Amino acid sequence: MSATLATVSYVGATILFILSLGGLSNPETSRRGNLYGVIGMTIAVLATVSGPHVTAAGYPWIVGAMLVGATIGLYAARVVKMTQMPELVALMHSLVGLAAVLVGYANYIDPAAASQFTGAERTIHEIEIYIGILIGAVTFSGSIIAFGKLSGKIGGKPVLLPARHWINLTGLLAVIYFGGVFIGVHGVEAGMMPLAVMTAVSLLFGIHMVMAIGGADMPVVVSMLNSYSGWAAAATGFMLSNDLLIVTGALVGSSGAILSYIMCRAMNRHFVSVIAGGFGTGGGAPAAAGAQPAGEVIPVAAAETAALLREAKNVIIVPGYGMAVAQAQHAVYEITKLLREKGVNVRFGIHPVAGRMPGHMNVLLAEAKVPYDIVLEMDEINADFPDTDVAMVIGANDIVNPAAQDDPSSPIAGMPVLEVWKAKTSIVMKRSMASGYAGVDNPLFYKDNNRMLFGDAKKTLDEVLAALKT
Amino acid sequence: MTQVIGVPRETFAGERRVATVPEVVERLIKLGFGVRVQSGAGDAANFADDAYRAAGAEVVADAAALWAGSDVVFKVRAPSVQEVGLMRQGQTLISFIWPAQNPELMQQLASRKVTVLAIDALPRMLSRAQKMDALTSMAGITGYRAVIEAAHHFGRFLTGQVTAAGKIPPAKVFIAGAGVAGLAAIGTAVGLGAIVRANDTRAEVADQVASMGGEFVKVDYEEEGSGGGGYARVMSEGFQRAQREMYARQAREADIIITTALIPGKPAPRLITADMVRSMRPGSVIVDLAAEQGGNCELTEPGKVVVKHGVTLIGYTDLPSRLARQSSTLYATNLFRLAEELCKGKNGVINVDMGDDAIRGLTVVKDGTITWPPPPLKLPAPPLVVAKPASPPKAAGHGQTGAPASARATAIAFFVAAALFWFIGAHAPAAFLAHFTVFVLACFVGYMVIWNVTPALHTPLMSVTNAISSIIAIGALVQVAPPLEAAVERPAAWIVGLAVVSIALVAINMFGGFAVTQRMLQMFRK
Repeated sequence: MSATLATVSYVGATILFILSLGGLSNPETSRRGNLYGVIGMTIAVLATVSGPHVTAAGYPWIVGAMLVGATIGLYAARVVKMTQMPELVALMHSLVGLAAVLVGYANYIDPAAASQFTGAERTIHEIEIYIGILIGAVTFSGSIIAFGKLSGKIGGKPVLLPARHWINLTGLLAVIYFGGVFIGVHGVEAGMMPLAVMTAVSLLFGIHMVMAIGGADMPVVVSMLNSYSGWAAAATGFMLSNDLLIVTGALVGSSGAILSYIMCRAMNRHFVSVIAGGFGTGGGAPAAAGAQPAGEVIPVAAAETAALLREAKNVIIVPGYGMAVAQAQHAVYEITKLLREKGVNVRFGIHPVAGRMPGHMNVLLAEAKVPYDIVLEMDEINADFPDTDVAMVIGANDIVNPAAQDDPSSPIAGMPVLEVWKAKTSIVMKRSMASGYAGVDNPLFYKDNNRMLFGDAKKTLDEVLAALKT
Repeated sequence: MTQVIGVPRETFAGERRVATVPEVVERLIKLGFGVRVQSGAGDAANFADDAYRAAGAEVVADAAALWAGSDVVFKVRAPSVQEVGLMRQGQTLISFIWPAQNPELMQQLASRKVTVLAIDALPRMLSRAQKMDALTSMAGITGYRAVIEAAHHFGRFLTGQVTAAGKIPPAKVFIAGAGVAGLAAIGTAVGLGAIVRANDTRAEVADQVASMGGEFVKVDYEEEGSGGGGYARVMSEGFQRAQREMYARQAREADIIITTALIPGKPAPRLITADMVRSMRPGSVIVDLAAEQGGNCELTEPGKVVVKHGVTLIGYTDLPSRLARQSSTLYATNLFRLAEELCKGKNGVINVDMGDDAIRGLTVVKDGTITWPPPPLKLPAPPLVVAKPASPPKAAGHGQTGAPASARATAIAFFVAAALFWFIGAHAPAAFLAHFTVFVLACFVGYMVIWNVTPALHTPLMSVTNAISSIIAIGALVQVAPPLEAAVERPAAWIVGLAVVSIALVAINMFGGFAVTQRMLQMFRK
């Protein structure tokens, strides 16, 4: 394949990638969107392999590596549970990050790659390598930590080192300083030292950054790492003067950035404050602000919950991370199905940051075969709570906390929340009275029209289901 | 200076309702008003003077003293000539007025230099006006009572039963006009066990009929009869013929017919002819809720119950009054909601704010000037059009702003972007600029495309973008075995090693990412 043909193929692949993202605008076209992505990727890889930059000598290597990766990837995709999606996505981001680092190094030690550059072009090329590796390394280590946190291998609590902002600043200065050294020196051996130091600093920075972020902010982190993996690809594209890489990287990068922005807005937090880590600015001290909510919590049993649901006309279910942890989505669906057969109008209200990654709840409900037209976003459903007989909160806390609206001193003040307390009755399913990730007590629990249904979400829901069937 | 709300005893013959009830008196007092009630005002609705006293109202012996001592008067029926004579300048009256039907009354009220809010003139299409909509609450009661009256005069059970004494078929009820009264009648009749059918010229109410448990009967003719503001309008000749045929058919089958068809400002449409009445089974009942406006049935006599051709025709015009305690309570609450709107400061002083659409519509006389009819309302845009969150364009393509930026912040961002672009343009070589152009444009394309992605698909989006970012494989592919000019010294083993590992890693991502996305998307179903 000639160079021009390869370029045209790249253009085709680019268009397919854009169509792929566009196809995700609604569930009807989304499967076609994914297919566009697959075709685009196939075209891009085949055009590259048969293009002028790859000789026949490389084919065995490429095929071998592809086979190994494909086997692992397809296997992982098949066995992963839908509740583990955030972990899987985080882990995959780390692979892209690592690949960006390796490609960067390979490019740097290859004298053939830079032979045609001189003067300013050479400097720019070196900056590109440097930045590519930098972003790749941050993505890699950050994603690994995010994976650890999401899968529970590392505690979800933010780890806040003293003077952490100074540590980050020092790291940044070091990176800039070694960048200067790297560009100044000649020869691969001399450049290796600053490059390696920078890589180490970036890896540490990635670890430190994600360690400092609390569990509730994970959706932002996951989408941010998604964005980084895109920028890493774009940087690699600059390094290799490859427009396809640049375009695709930029698409992915801006996609992740917008998702992060949406998530931040859903929590009423500023992007910088999420990245800077911890909750609040006071060194992460537990928030003691706000009056302690007064009153009694009223516990109910599964049978009473079933009775309430049976008599209701309108029910809104608000799922949260607790539903994912308990794998309760199937029980939720069974209850939904039963109630809908009885003519109860059951709908779902999804908060944008419910769960551990954007859209997490939607995927879980889809897995349990809940039809997507009864799964509504917060803005669509919030006005309907006053007409709702029962609002059932399953393993969610901060996203239904009225303090966000009522109490200006609350750490989550101003965060948009689902107004479940406006329903005639709200039922909160929780394991205990512990507070959510934000560490804020929830006045909802003490409201007169609220009932607490304690216990593991899955087990309790099964009991409710059994009571409904009788 | 707080104002006094006066509630006189209704003077209209047979009117049992009262404009406020003890429970609402307490809430009015909380708004800061004083409340005076004429002695015996609530008697017919089972609210004794003592109950008003206990709620904090002052009970006044006669009407003249009450009207003289009140700043605001709450009434049910439009005032009589005598009552208008008792009004004083600056007083405010809130009651049913029916300004279109009562032009002389309007003139008299205007000449007293008073302010009048006609609760029947409420702009009903304003959703925030619904809490004050006394027409709706009265119509609901009318519909309920219509079924009860019909059941009372109907010689059989409404519900079907199989008993030892034989099988009883359920009564068939036909309801003409599915407005508020019609829907309430449907619900009540269904609740009593009857088979309920209903018709309305507005096709969109079919769902509402079904939701109340009734069956919607269509007219076989294509025409839309919605006249705005939730009322029907006059229909064409062809439609009316088809409608007559349908009514004739229903009359033959139904045991009870309840007609509720009204067109504002016009006599009620004649739906049930004498022939149709004749075709009904003896013992059937027709309740004509439009009796006051001339009746939907030819043979109705307003205010009376008559039997013609063996069919009982009920033409009561005072059904809400026949359920006085209930309708008084609802009406009182409607007026309380209105009082809240009028007295936003909760200081016991009303403010008739003509800038407020709801209040403007209600006010028919303002300080002696007739302000009826009000200017047409600008209806809000249909709620289907959801405004997209306006977000400022991102200056450099990948800035992550935490909140919509102010004009100043946007200006700064643009300035910084311009400076950055100038710096790059001044220093970078041409080859780099070509790539840079592509990069910036791609960022914008991504920005535009991603905003359209529905939040429900954010996880698949991340997963697919993650798969797409495997494009970095190309970087590794070109390094495995590039065509080399001879005599270039390179650590081939290292490069190949790094590249192959990269390819394998990225391949995991590529295949795994697309496969898991596909798996996820398969699950989304309607």
